[in-house]
Amino acid sequence: MATVTEAEAPPLAPETDPKPPRKRGRLVPYWLLLPGLLWLVIFFALPMIYQASTSVQTGSLEEGYKVTWHFATYWDSLTEYWPQFLRSVSYAAAATVLCLLLGYPLAYLIAFRAGRWRNLIMILVIAPFFTSFLIRTLAWKTILADSGPVVGALNTLHVLDVTTWLGWTAGDRVLATPLAVVCGLTYNFLPFMILPLYTSLERIDGRLHEAAGDLYARPWTTFRKVTFPLSMPGVVSGTLLTFIPAAGDYVNAELLGSTDTRMIGNVIQTQFLRILDYPTAAALSFILMAAILLMVTVYIRRSGTEDLV
Amino acid sequence: MPFVNWLKRHLVVIAGLLTLSYLLLPNVVVTVFSFNKPKGRFNYEWQQFSTDAWKDPCGVADMCGSLGLSLQIAVWATLGATVLGTMIAFALVRYRFRARGAVNSLIFLPMAMPEVVMAASLLTLFLNMGAQLGFWTILIAHIMFCLSFVVTAVKARVMSMDPRLEQAAQDLYAGPAQTFLRVTLPIAAPGIAAGALLAFALSFDDFIITNFNAGSTVTFPMFVWGSAQRGTPVQINVIGTAMFLVAVLFVLAGMIIGNRRNRQKA
Amino acid sequence: MMTTQTSGDVRLSGISKTYDNGFTAVQPLDLTVPQGSFFALLGASGCGKTTTLRMIAGLEEPSSGTVHLGDQEVTHLPPYKRPVNTVFQSYALFPHLDIFENVAFGLRRRGIKSVKKQVDEMLDLVQLGEQARKKPHQLSGGQQQRVAVARALINHPKVLLLDEPLGALDLKLRRQMQLELKRIQTEVGITFVHVTHDQEEAMTMADTVAVMNGGRVEQLGSPTDLYENPRTTFVANFLGTSNLIEAEVDTRSGEDIVLKAGGGKLVLPGARCSAPAQAGGKVLVGIRPEKISLTHADDAGEIPAGRNRITGKIAHSSFIGVSTQYVVDSAVCPEFEVYAQNVDRDPRLVPGADVVLHWSPAHTFGLDAAQDIDAGVETAGEEAA
Repeated sequence: MATVTEAEAPPLAPETDPKPPRKRGRLVPYWLLLPGLLWLVIFFALPMIYQASTSVQTGSLEEGYKVTWHFATYWDSLTEYWPQFLRSVSYAAAATVLCLLLGYPLAYLIAFRAGRWRNLIMILVIAPFFTSFLIRTLAWKTILADSGPVVGALNTLHVLDVTTWLGWTAGDRVLATPLAVVCGLTYNFLPFMILPLYTSLERIDGRLHEAAGDLYARPWTTFRKVTFPLSMPGVVSGTLLTFIPAAGDYVNAELLGSTDTRMIGNVIQTQFLRILDYPTAAALSFILMAAILLMVTVYIRRSGTEDLV
Repeated sequence: MPFVNWLKRHLVVIAGLLTLSYLLLPNVVVTVFSFNKPKGRFNYEWQQFSTDAWKDPCGVADMCGSLGLSLQIAVWATLGATVLGTMIAFALVRYRFRARGAVNSLIFLPMAMPEVVMAASLLTLFLNMGAQLGFWTILIAHIMFCLSFVVTAVKARVMSMDPRLEQAAQDLYAGPAQTFLRVTLPIAAPGIAAGALLAFALSFDDFIITNFNAGSTVTFPMFVWGSAQRGTPVQINVIGTAMFLVAVLFVLAGMIIGNRRNRQKA
Repeated sequence: MMTTQTSGDVRLSGISKTYDNGFTAVQPLDLTVPQGSFFALLGASGCGKTTTLRMIAGLEEPSSGTVHLGDQEVTHLPPYKRPVNTVFQSYALFPHLDIFENVAFGLRRRGIKSVKKQVDEMLDLVQLGEQARKKPHQLSGGQQQRVAVARALINHPKVLLLDEPLGALDLKLRRQMQLELKRIQTEVGITFVHVTHDQEEAMTMADTVAVMNGGRVEQLGSPTDLYENPRTTFVANFLGTSNLIEAEVDTRSGEDIVLKAGGGKLVLPGARCSAPAQAGGKVLVGIRPEKISLTHADDAGEIPAGRNRITGKIAHSSFIGVSTQYVVDSAVCPEFEVYAQNVDRDPRLVPGADVVLHWSPAHTFGLDAAQDIDAGVETAGEEAA
């Protein structure tokens, strides 16, 4: 399984391969590509177009929908659902930061300090994947239960007073609050942070650490000046792999949150599957996609991963 | 001071192990609560020890049926995505062709898209085509989103492969087909296996895309989702625990076999 | 009194390294590297030379013993607190920093703000002034090597450690860099400790060479001393080539030892015998191939008296320009190697010809017979390939 996820790590920056070798049989590549690409075009690209068209339609379920270039749907859904958008972005951002803070030490541990325990820890990171994530998310209901030890401890230590003051929790409860949702999101996407981090840390030549030490860098300086910069590809793909699915998630908000923690995913799901207001749902989904693509592009540019070796 | 020094030196280890326990805590809870005998419909609070659920894992209506359906879909989706994805990966690494950039982005985009967006747009397509939602629409959707992951896994392996190996095979009188079967494919096999495993895990555990495109068909994740509203039977925890154990055993076995092979080589 | 005279020497006292798995890389070892010298640790891979170097650098903690730099004991100091810098094997240049920043790294860590002048000077010293803003992967192997040297030297270490610094370069570049490193060492006057498996490299560059084998120093001395007076079969075989003949001690006559080998007698100066030579005991007699003259058997009468001689038959000869290398079959040694300068070639010296090998007794050396006669032969051959 380790190789699975190692391979999964790098994809988040679209890559251009260095000149592949020329070969005979000029049509071969096209035949190889055709079935898979057709699949993606028909079931991934085409639906996007359908969705775009749906978002500017008007009508009703009974009378049917028509394309009327009704762009107002975008404006209306934005004005109505901006709190959910904002929540999605801020919850996802919080979960991403938490994943980075929690995941880095573990990835570092596996890469440099685990020794013969490396494989075992690796298994323990990946194995939870195989238990349905819904079951594991439900387990958080037990862990964070009102009468449970976690809430009890947080209460005794007056942590909940602080978090309630910050608006993260409500009274003596953790469940059905933003904290619970962020906690669930962090938990769910933590492996997606750890694995790319581990991959890029593991690639670092151990001699570079020695060289830094030899050149008067203390361990912390070595980390800041050598290890962390060299792990940037992992940090970038890890944060993307965490942020993107977290921003679109609605499972955690539904299972661990309340109506006050609804994210944009919840809205899209309800509009599509319950209210059956397809144009609004399509418009919301389109806005979410555009927002994420924009953020991702800016992020990749700013983090300057292409500058790294 | 020795304690402070010890702490300083092992800070990373301590922090890492704390994270690891955070990752594993829910699995522990799932396992412990598979031995619970809850009072009401929900299995969130500990009542008393019982092995009832383990003795009768399929004792809940529809659960094992949905599990079977999920497995079936996962197997077919893995097969489809692995075949299509491997072909694309080989084309990308081993051949030159036009519109390479466009192909690369088409493969990259599904991985950079929130699931709910893909789910919603695919449902729009199916509704417009008037397709009957169910097994086939789920399978189509799963192959679609697993495909990119397979391509990436296989591509990484094929790219790290020395092209001189294939040249050597041709130099030693292997034709293109033989070169592929006897050299390329065996070397790429770990990448293909990795891609297939990933596809299986993704498909089997998928909820969001399935939820949109399943109609009234119920896969295992959808069963769990539904039970979160109606009441969670203990059997869910039994299945969750069993899946975890099977996964760990599989990976351990794979690792031991791999180690033995390496030792034989050395 | 002791402390003042060792102002800048590197002193290893009883230092050893045993790993957790029980493997002992370095046996307890005493070694002093005088200040300002170019010192080489020479040996095959796995002999403990790199471990020794890493213990000086602080990258490896010794299992026993102490490391002193001048007056200061540094045994337990972490590398970033030692006035020692290393040129790593395959250089370990930071891939995310450009050449300038790589070279400036150590200065910046020590809180030095204005580094520009020093870095520029250092880059000029290694002739890379033009490349300052390039990334390491844009440079050739030789250039990367010079960056690694500059990055270490700019810190004015008390000792510069070089771990197989030329291993990744091709032969021609290696020769060039050997001279370059020697020039830099002379220019800056810093102690260099150089780890290598290449005996030619060690002999060309170093003032003092320590030959290591199996975690111990077999012999230590100047290159000429090691070559002319090897004291073990390992040194004799690892440094260049030696012909070793098993012989029996016959008598001692004054300063010389007379030995019986096959049917003949050989003379060995007592001072050049590192083994106890009692009558009736065994000794290994060694002679370097280039010290031997080859005379056709028909002319045997012309050989001056007082030289050691052995008769044999030429098995192979190979002409390599400046010299011709012969392999001679003889009763006392199956494959005697002889290198003859191509000054006046005797056309009769072809495979199959009967010949007399003869050399001055002063060039003979004697070794303890209780060692493996082939020690160091294969390792030397492998590494050179």
